[in-house]
Amino acid sequence: MEHKRLGLIVNPIAGIGGRVGLKGSDGLGIQQRARTLGAVPLAGERAASALELLLPLSANIELLVPPNEMGETVARRCGYDPQVILTSGLLNKTLTPFPSPSGKGEGGEETTPEDTRRAAQAMREAGVDLILFAGGDGTARDIYTAIGNNFPVLGIPAGVKIHSAVYTITPRNAGELAAEFLQGKRVCLQEAEVLDLDEDAYRQGQIVTRLYGYLKIPYRREVVQNQKVPTPASAAVQAQAIATDVVEKMKPDIAYILGPGTTTRTVAERLGLPKTLVGVDIITHNELLAADVGERQILEMLERRPLGLIITPTGGQGFLFGRGNQQISPEVIRRVRDENILVICLASKIAALQGRPLLVDTGDPELDRLLAGYIQVVTGYHEKIFYRLMGGS
Amino acid sequence: MKPITPKPSPRRFHQASWDEPVIFELSQPGQRGVLLPPVETGIEQEVGNPAQVLPDTLRRTVPPALPEMSQIHVMRHYARISQENLGVDLNIDIGQGTCTMKYSPKINDQLARTPKLTELHPLQDDSTVQGILEVMHRLEGMLTEISGMDRFSLQPGAGSAAIYANICMIRAYHASRGESKQRDEVITTIFSHPSNAAAAKVAGYKVITLYPDADGYPDFEALKAAVSERTAALLITNPEDTGIFNPRIEEFVKIVHANGGLCSYDQANANGILGITRAREAGFDVCQFNLHKTFSTPHGSGGPGAGASGVTEKLIPFLPVPTTEFDGQKYYLDYNHPQSIGKVRPFYGVTPNILRAYAWIMSLGADGLREVAEIAVLNNNYLMKKVLEIRGASAPYAKGKRRIEQVRYSWEQLTQETGVHSEEIEIRVTDFGMHYWTSHHPFVVPEPMTLEPTESYSRADLDEYVTMLKQISAEAYTNPEIIKTAPHNSTVHHTHHEPFDNPDEWAVTWRAYRRKTGQKKV
Repeated sequence: MEHKRLGLIVNPIAGIGGRVGLKGSDGLGIQQRARTLGAVPLAGERAASALELLLPLSANIELLVPPNEMGETVARRCGYDPQVILTSGLLNKTLTPFPSPSGKGEGGEETTPEDTRRAAQAMREAGVDLILFAGGDGTARDIYTAIGNNFPVLGIPAGVKIHSAVYTITPRNAGELAAEFLQGKRVCLQEAEVLDLDEDAYRQGQIVTRLYGYLKIPYRREVVQNQKVPTPASAAVQAQAIATDVVEKMKPDIAYILGPGTTTRTVAERLGLPKTLVGVDIITHNELLAADVGERQILEMLERRPLGLIITPTGGQGFLFGRGNQQISPEVIRRVRDENILVICLASKIAALQGRPLLVDTGDPELDRLLAGYIQVVTGYHEKIFYRLMGGS
Repeated sequence: MKPITPKPSPRRFHQASWDEPVIFELSQPGQRGVLLPPVETGIEQEVGNPAQVLPDTLRRTVPPALPEMSQIHVMRHYARISQENLGVDLNIDIGQGTCTMKYSPKINDQLARTPKLTELHPLQDDSTVQGILEVMHRLEGMLTEISGMDRFSLQPGAGSAAIYANICMIRAYHASRGESKQRDEVITTIFSHPSNAAAAKVAGYKVITLYPDADGYPDFEALKAAVSERTAALLITNPEDTGIFNPRIEEFVKIVHANGGLCSYDQANANGILGITRAREAGFDVCQFNLHKTFSTPHGSGGPGAGASGVTEKLIPFLPVPTTEFDGQKYYLDYNHPQSIGKVRPFYGVTPNILRAYAWIMSLGADGLREVAEIAVLNNNYLMKKVLEIRGASAPYAKGKRRIEQVRYSWEQLTQETGVHSEEIEIRVTDFGMHYWTSHHPFVVPEPMTLEPTESYSRADLDEYVTMLKQISAEAYTNPEIIKTAPHNSTVHHTHHEPFDNPDEWAVTWRAYRRKTGQKKV
């Protein structure tokens, strides 16, 4: 293959708010709260999953990265010898160090959106063939702000919220797609939406999705995430039918973890309980036991009583676990008995999958494998389907 | 003399638009269509006032709120409404896929209108209705031969009613074996007619729906996960609404049987398999035909429909009553079936349609029926080839494979490239005096269009329809506004679906309309 230049930008704090129930990572205050809640940055790990797939081509790839946690660290860990750009130009301030996922004492940096933007601009000026970036919707917005919609980029999903269609379904998919593109197998580029939620509105329980622009990505439908499909108003009746069924199925002696989403909200409404639309609540038939909980609170509750789980996949992507509901962590899922997991979904959302399976990407590949297979999904009152669930990575 | 200018294709259609009010708004107090003569003195002397002779329970205290109109106004009203319509006698009616809109020969309508039939009363003694009983008995025999089932009931009033009769018989069968509590689930597929899921729900079952696999066939692995000792039945259409015939249908049936469930074959899509394959050979226990689809009687929404429920030996005891029997000398109605599910409709079925279906089958014979299927399949595959040459159109699933009698197409590519949606094309089509249907909901096939050309249409008809679609596709790429602002030459409305969920926003009777719009109660 021809010699190619690849840029990599990691937003090190992307996704940090998810596991601890903070619905996003925008803003320094949130990031600091996430750290005090014990959050671990995972963006580097996600970027590594993609980079590993490009290793066979490394002889022909010149990798450009910003310093330290924004790319250099993970590139070196994967065995690359990258060209480091912006060595003196980062705006980062050193804050309380993050514990590193590998426990080797890395981490410790705070970066700002401006760093992402400057890195993207520098890479465009350096004439790279493709920019891979690991982050969430906020990161995609920064890339778009910096270089617009006429430069090939591709997102590695690492954020809490992934509404933008510029991200592949899993980090590995990004690696595969990038490899094919750099080898000239995917000359096709297409514009994909950059969408983001208003995080402040999101924390107050409103889903406000805005279209910020388009980025140009190498395209293959099954690998790039669908733009999330909003629930049409007429689906409200379907959701009520589902809620009626779920309430009938709920056992009186079990409390239920109620995942985020408008369909799960209908269950709470049916019971006359409040619901944190984009957060996780714990309910019984007649009581809200805990609102807007993080992983730690769920685990504490599990110590005291058995819990069930009522969960709905997200939008057009069909992720059951691992997107927007990271509070329901691998450990939580492992400790809920299978027969007490109720998966609910509107038939129109299943149809929007166009035959693609539902996905799980819990971050624990073994659990993903355990969950995979045909699962029951409630789609109406006394109506269900058996649908394929696959590990997303 | 100048020769006639050749007509362009597609044709320059323009629908009549009469701006006609609802008939209740045309009512004028005191107007009458028929003035009845006064009762003659001799009669009055003999029986008194006829109105007083009626028992109290039959006499209205308040007259019905019917529109008061003269004959000419009634005639004009309905003639105008009929001009704002389309139908199989006006347009190339291949766009209502899954509905098998074939041409129904007028001779069969004439037979059904004969006073020899219309003047019969359902409570006449069997000995005085031997003719129609013979027709019913013989039609039953033909349907058993066509399907391989052992007996049929012609009582259901439509295809869905026949599916409902079938699930009721299945329920009775399980109950007779003491398994009705245990077997509370019915399995169907997303591309089967929604009536299967609906009938099962009405009969009290929980419904499991199978989605298609990558090739468009119902997902066999999902069936394996779903089937259990709780399975009462599999209710499945084949070919499904995609026009794809499920070649593994026998395996589907076997695994359900192995779990103690029964299998019901929805043969609403039978037009492409007449004389070619049968429910019996695929192992099914029950099946149903829609006489108004495959057997050329008027279609459900445009006339009375008619259904037929077929069963194998073990379900015969549960058939609706009465059955029509022949003892070698005479035909008679037999109510002596103690395990019967009872009646699914008053009396014996939609008798005029039973006669029409009988006449249609007799006019074709066994070879003719097979030829119907062959031409329907040939027409469909000719049409598919032509449609797939149109920019932006595709036929998802089973690439390179032929379809049976219909195809669920997709305009997904056209939508992506032009922003024009199938539901907008659906309206634009009416500007050419034609019609098409998208799909049942949810749209599993994106931007769907379902076409079923049946055996009735000529190659020229199919070409005209394709020319129309091709023009609309070209419009989408060059002038999408003309589609988005359609209709231009038709009276069809843009329907908003959201209010359907809210009963306060719609009414199906004038009385309800008055009430819901806050006008005084009628």
